[in-house]
Amino acid sequence: MTAQLKCLEVDDVHVWRGDRHVLQGVSFHLEPAELLHIRGPNGTGKTTLLRVVTGLLRPEQGEVRWAGRPINEARAEYQAELAYASHEPALKSDLTGLENLRFTVGLKRRASDMELRDAMATTGVAACADLPARVLSAGQRRRLAMARVLAMRAALWLLDEPFTNLDVAGAEFMSRMLAEHVDRGGSALVVAHHDLDVGRPLRSLELAE
Amino acid sequence: MSVGALQAMNLVLRRELCLSFRRPDQLLQPLVFFLIVTTLFPLGLSPELSLLRQMAPGVLWVAALLASLLSMDGLFKGDADDGTLEQLALSGQSLGAIVIAKTLAHWLVSGAALVIMSPLVAMALGIPVTAFPTMILSLALGTLTLSWLGAIGAGLTVGLRRGSVLLSLIVLPLAMPLLIFGANATDRAIVGDSPEGAVYFLAALCVLTSSLAPLAATAALRITLE
Repeated sequence: MTAQLKCLEVDDVHVWRGDRHVLQGVSFHLEPAELLHIRGPNGTGKTTLLRVVTGLLRPEQGEVRWAGRPINEARAEYQAELAYASHEPALKSDLTGLENLRFTVGLKRRASDMELRDAMATTGVAACADLPARVLSAGQRRRLAMARVLAMRAALWLLDEPFTNLDVAGAEFMSRMLAEHVDRGGSALVVAHHDLDVGRPLRSLELAE
Repeated sequence: MSVGALQAMNLVLRRELCLSFRRPDQLLQPLVFFLIVTTLFPLGLSPELSLLRQMAPGVLWVAALLASLLSMDGLFKGDADDGTLEQLALSGQSLGAIVIAKTLAHWLVSGAALVIMSPLVAMALGIPVTAFPTMILSLALGTLTLSWLGAIGAGLTVGLRRGSVLLSLIVLPLAMPLLIFGANATDRAIVGDSPEGAVYFLAALCVLTSSLAPLAATAALRITLE
């Protein structure tokens, strides 16, 4: 499959939560090497939209396509190409940083410990590799979760509020990481309630109430 | 390089075992529970050996059933709470394979551990040594079946705040045939009859749940993830 085909299309997605019509016909396109910033006040369905794009949540109406195919038809191929960082860092507090990554990255691709340590060094948490995740701060956990995204080497990044709990240096580094991902030809969907500045062209999608 | 389903299962199994051994208190809880419940009966009823021997199979099985339910609640709960379940569901691996590996790991640290400990309890209840092989085999089949049933219940209740009571209400009625045939097999072995019929039935239940429960538990988890 060529890189040109790795395009994400979200087509007229509607989601109801009980009586609430959370997503009212959201549509967008995401080409390779493109960044899309999903913004909007709290409770407008940013995370819901992200979960629809991952395929975890099935929309009542509408469709999500990856490389031209609906994602629930080619679930495994699609999932192999995406890296999702949810609100929670998804770390086991009893496992060390390295063990955490070894396991979640290991389900997606074979990654050596060297590669995982490299990814941790890139995100600035090399020292946390052999510490149990229990003792890490919220910011370090977030960085570890980003190391996981990096080590998965996925074409599509789906990030839910990746800047939460990061210090100034962390936020800068996060922007750099996104820019490098785009330069490599990857695409990313970033949910953030504030302005993004990654030094690359950025489209944004505003979700309203 | 992609990762095959068997490798993924191996990875999940190893990680679950590693997690269990990092938390020895949670590992020991069901075992200690099993031990204490079975010792309560002679204290409460009568230490007379003939009476104990009569009740032993039932006591053993009820205690094993409750002890393995005790840890069932946590099968998917931890992963659901910290977001790991989403990562698992999006790993590109079949969720069914992951559920199978997790359930087997759960059985190894709960059911299999109970089976290993059962001779100790059996001796305290006055079960003759000649009945041990049947008792061990039937308990092994029974606890594995229970783990499968528990996986369905845990999958259904993982999204609920106080799911553990509901989990018991779902699993215990389904576990009744296990109790009947398991206790019957042990009973027959004690009095010297052939326990084959009951053991075959337990084996059949084990095969049935091993093949169908992963499907049901996976479907339940997918609903929870929405």
